[in-house]
Amino acid sequence: MLSVDHGMDPLLKRPFSIHRLFGDDVQILYRLAGKGTHILSGRNKGDILDAVGPLGNKFPPPGSGDKTILIAGGIGIAPIFALAEKLKNKEILLFYGAKTKEELLCTDQIKSLGIDPVISTDDGSCGQKGTAIDALIKHLIRHPSLVTSHRLYACGPRPMFKSLSLLAKKHNLKGYIALEQHMACGIGTCLGCVINTVDGYKRVCREGPVFPLEKILWE
Amino acid sequence: MMKINLSVNLGKLKLKNPVMTASGTFAYGKEYSEFVDLDRLGAIVVKGISLKPMKGNPEPRICETPCGMLNAIGLQNVGLKGFIRQQLPYLKSLRTKIIVNILGNSIDEYIELAENLESAGVDAVELNVSCPNVNKGGIAFGTEPVVFAELIKSVRRHTSLPLITKLSPNVANIKVFAKISEDEGSDIISLINTITGMSINIRSRRPRLANITGGLSGPAIRPIAIRMVWECYRTVRIPIIGMGGIITAEDAIEFFLAGASAVAIGTGNFVNPKATLDVLDGIRAFMAGEGIHSLKELTGGLKW
Repeated sequence: MLSVDHGMDPLLKRPFSIHRLFGDDVQILYRLAGKGTHILSGRNKGDILDAVGPLGNKFPPPGSGDKTILIAGGIGIAPIFALAEKLKNKEILLFYGAKTKEELLCTDQIKSLGIDPVISTDDGSCGQKGTAIDALIKHLIRHPSLVTSHRLYACGPRPMFKSLSLLAKKHNLKGYIALEQHMACGIGTCLGCVINTVDGYKRVCREGPVFPLEKILWE
Repeated sequence: MMKINLSVNLGKLKLKNPVMTASGTFAYGKEYSEFVDLDRLGAIVVKGISLKPMKGNPEPRICETPCGMLNAIGLQNVGLKGFIRQQLPYLKSLRTKIIVNILGNSIDEYIELAENLESAGVDAVELNVSCPNVNKGGIAFGTEPVVFAELIKSVRRHTSLPLITKLSPNVANIKVFAKISEDEGSDIISLINTITGMSINIRSRRPRLANITGGLSGPAIRPIAIRMVWECYRTVRIPIIGMGGIITAEDAIEFFLAGASAVAIGTGNFVNPKATLDVLDGIRAFMAGEGIHSLKELTGGLKW
């Protein structure tokens, strides 16, 4: 949870995932989405901001021998890249979708990890036209054996999770997703950031942000 | 060094200092122990408890608004039994007063809650009167004077615990409700609860909360809260716990001057998890700087 300003408006801290760690430095990667991130983008080197963290859980590591499929939609690349970096010696398939070519981030760093990402853009300006899930579906049709041998990790917007969830049900895919949600406290007390699951409402800040894909109930 | 007395007597409820937590913003206390030495608090007011567990509202449950936030959590809680078994033992191990906010859909439910919590050994109960009364067509207890009076009178008869009534600001004249609270046997009043509000996403044309409306809190409501505390202070003799957008000690002192004997930090805990102790330390520093020995010199100290 990071406060973007010292005043009362905006009032609340913003939740961000950790993008990269360099010694004691924490790097976050964010998209200009609203008032908070616009203020944050105006901060200068040396500015001091309040932060509380790290909070919540993390992606569970894949079992030894598990191959992994990583899926990132838009700014969902922030934690997915961190995971890819961590798993660098494992066999990784990365599906990465964004609205346009301009919104694709970290592609050089991804390649420098030895990963050849399957890129897609909504407008077709780079890679395949469509979403990361469209690209994954095409891949599954060509390589049906992937289904049983791979573990999924995904982060992206809610429509992406919904279609991934349908796809996973159909092919019995298992995996984990990192959710984004508006938060007030970030430490499990306000109950504002819940998500509906098969086990009832769960706090994205505390029991999450990573959940088993099959546990989430989308409306 | 100057001797400063921060203790405060809210009727028979004696606190070592005037800084409390506001119900619904501090969970069941333990969650804040990583940030706050809970023993230093004047009191912990825990999240509202109902007889049966409640699962709460669909999401989105919160949204930020200018200098504040709207919430429609829907009173999610572990229920009376769950609270007494899972949460109370830890709370009782702390060296602070434990106050339980209670909510029911009928007067009988409030009575059952108060009786059970008294047996379980809590220090006080706070009536959350912003719940719908299912026996009276779902109108909130806190906005209809006749059922409001009946609720307080009935709970009063069934408990000897200090009884706090938390007033809703969503009424035309809060002084009426303050007076009823006093007349019907409430020992203390706390105010204000959140103000009903609403926010709309203009692109999707949908409300920003799944519940459509929610309770507004944070610094945005502070001037309203100050005004209402002042009105109540001039109306009743029972002590007042002031709350509504307190983030700093200066905010708390404003409440004392308007007539509060103690203060509660709510949304401020979300903004700064250490807000309670920052406010407490700031009050002491202010008093030292101004040569004020006792909180009594501040409460109701407005010059006008």
